[in-house]
Amino acid sequence: MSIFEYNGSALVAMVGKNCFAIASDRRLGVQLQTIATDFQRISKIHDRLFLGLSGLATDAQTLYQRLVFRHKLYQLREERDMKPETFANLVSAILYEKRFGPYFCQPVIAGLGDEDKPFICTMDSIGAKELAKDFVVAGTASESLYGACESMFKEDMEPEELFETVSQALLSSVDRDCLSGWGGHVYVVTPTEVKERILKGRMD
Amino acid sequence: MECVFGLVGHDFAVVAADTSAVHSILVHKSNEDKIMILDSHKLIAASGESGDRVQFTEYIQKNVALYQFRNGIPLTTAAAANFTRGELATALRKNPYFVNILLAGYDKETGPSLYYIDYIATLHKVDKGAFGYGSYFSLAMMDRHYHSGMTVEEAIDLVDKCIMEIRSRLVVAPPNFVIKIVDKDGAREYAWRESVKDAAVASA
Repeated sequence: MSIFEYNGSALVAMVGKNCFAIASDRRLGVQLQTIATDFQRISKIHDRLFLGLSGLATDAQTLYQRLVFRHKLYQLREERDMKPETFANLVSAILYEKRFGPYFCQPVIAGLGDEDKPFICTMDSIGAKELAKDFVVAGTASESLYGACESMFKEDMEPEELFETVSQALLSSVDRDCLSGWGGHVYVVTPTEVKERILKGRMD
Repeated sequence: MECVFGLVGHDFAVVAADTSAVHSILVHKSNEDKIMILDSHKLIAASGESGDRVQFTEYIQKNVALYQFRNGIPLTTAAAANFTRGELATALRKNPYFVNILLAGYDKETGPSLYYIDYIATLHKVDKGAFGYGSYFSLAMMDRHYHSGMTVEEAIDLVDKCIMEIRSRLVVAPPNFVIKIVDKDGAREYAWRESVKDAAVASA
């Protein structure tokens, strides 16, 4: 089994009209065994920037701690929050530092940039950025997620419709993947508020 | 073949571990205590490579004591768990410790807690956790009978149910178990469950 599939994960981020949604599954497993059904894969970097880390959980935790450290240092020096594009570059650089002994993670970054324009991107485990205008996916359920998102996505969705779309895409994809699932965690972020919701899906 | 499991009750946490020290087909001893009392209100139940287990848990114990000497106050359970994870994570890509840990503790402000720490430094706060082949039986038993806010009697009853299940269904089941508990009065040994007693050593 691949090291990326050791813990199991599913992540998706989608762009809407002046908003974005980022969603993950909730399973923490050790190969075939499920350890927990309340694992947090998405973390807030600041009010308008969220980071999701799929792949090996220990590396996701280490990487998250390093990134929060770097962002806090940036906040102290620059006296402002990092822009999503800048943060994506930081993540990419930190991952490439470990080019010949990488972190086994695939990050998904979603944020609101200048003029509240939503920004999403993903990258592989050595920092190759993939910017997208519509949606990005990561994790063991990524192939199913690509199909579900491609068929369900529409341009310029309002936050409520975006939430429904992301939720349905996530739940239907993780149902086809034994290593991810046990519910969902969805964040819908607009310039004024962040709505966090927990989905109940097939608990198996 | 090493079985470690634990759960969180109403105002206490309990962990149980088998007590056999095995090398290949030989049982060196069957009263090896694998649950270390980390400090007054914390327990570390560890399973894995025997040398690593003792070395690593003693290292954590001494560092936790050092913090208390230097700062005058003890570490919280969450802090101790994160410190342990940090040490495992740092060593992971150099000289990994093959030790799985369940860290149980009681804090005055937050009550009882249990942390699952994998040998590859995956950290997660759980209500019930288990390691080893015995986990297939103990986790299933706990999934069925566990509820939040259990009393000591109910929890020990559940622990005994898990031990019965391991003894009857695991092919190389360890005969003896030790149960330790931590609550507001501190961390202490609760009971042994022995089905095979070591022969007394003749005096020289």
